[in-house]
Amino acid sequence: VTVKSPLSIALAAGLSLLTGCSNLGQVQPWEKGQLAKPSMTFEADPLDQRFMQHIYYSKDRAPPAASCSPR
Amino acid sequence: MNPKPHAFKAIVTLAVSGLLACSALAVEVGQPAPAFDLPGQQGTVQLSSYKGKTVYLDFWASWCGPCRQSFPWMNDMQKRYGAKGLRVVGVNLDQKPEDAKAFLATTPAQFDIAFDSAGQAPKQYGVKGMPTSLLIGPDGKVLMVHQGFKAESREELESQIKQALRIKE
Repeated sequence: VTVKSPLSIALAAGLSLLTGCSNLGQVQPWEKGQLAKPSMTFEADPLDQRFMQHIYYSKDRAPPAASCSPR
Repeated sequence: MNPKPHAFKAIVTLAVSGLLACSALAVEVGQPAPAFDLPGQQGTVQLSSYKGKTVYLDFWASWCGPCRQSFPWMNDMQKRYGAKGLRVVGVNLDQKPEDAKAFLATTPAQFDIAFDSAGQAPKQYGVKGMPTSLLIGPDGKVLMVHQGFKAESREELESQIKQALRIKE
């Protein structure tokens, strides 16, 4: 038995993987009820959002790490 | 090991067809609107029973924000153009019927509502976004396909309805 062409085997394997997970289950536009919930957003909690903002602003205002001022 | 050319061909065809299968065919202007027969609030809602009327078909869900905004407008359209032959039909696509009931309790609809929790009708129509609305002429052919609902698009949609009903400004 001769190995005809390892390339064609690799190509076939690659092509069969091409569709990937797309056939596992497509979420149709009308099936996005769960994704539309407020808890699914990046900024679900206003208090948590303000806290994050405060951290970012205070860090931005701080001198750069490379500066000479002691920390 | 000897890869057969037939097997290779089959895999290639499978892979390509799998890629093509992702794009569902959407209903376009000029095509006949796919028929549906769905449970409504009182009895069944059949598209064929609206033959001879101009139908504004709207696919909506309780979780969709623009849908909520469109309801008062659709009530208004039904009230204003109902006598001229317009019928607004809202197809609910919630997977849980309770969600639709709760929505309708807070946002009353003065037009026909159908429930399609299985999502058969939107599949047939190739709905790509929420909400999607279609204008269907008295002959059952699609006159307009519109996605989304914005405050700015109200006038445009109303003029389309007027055009379909042949109402002069």
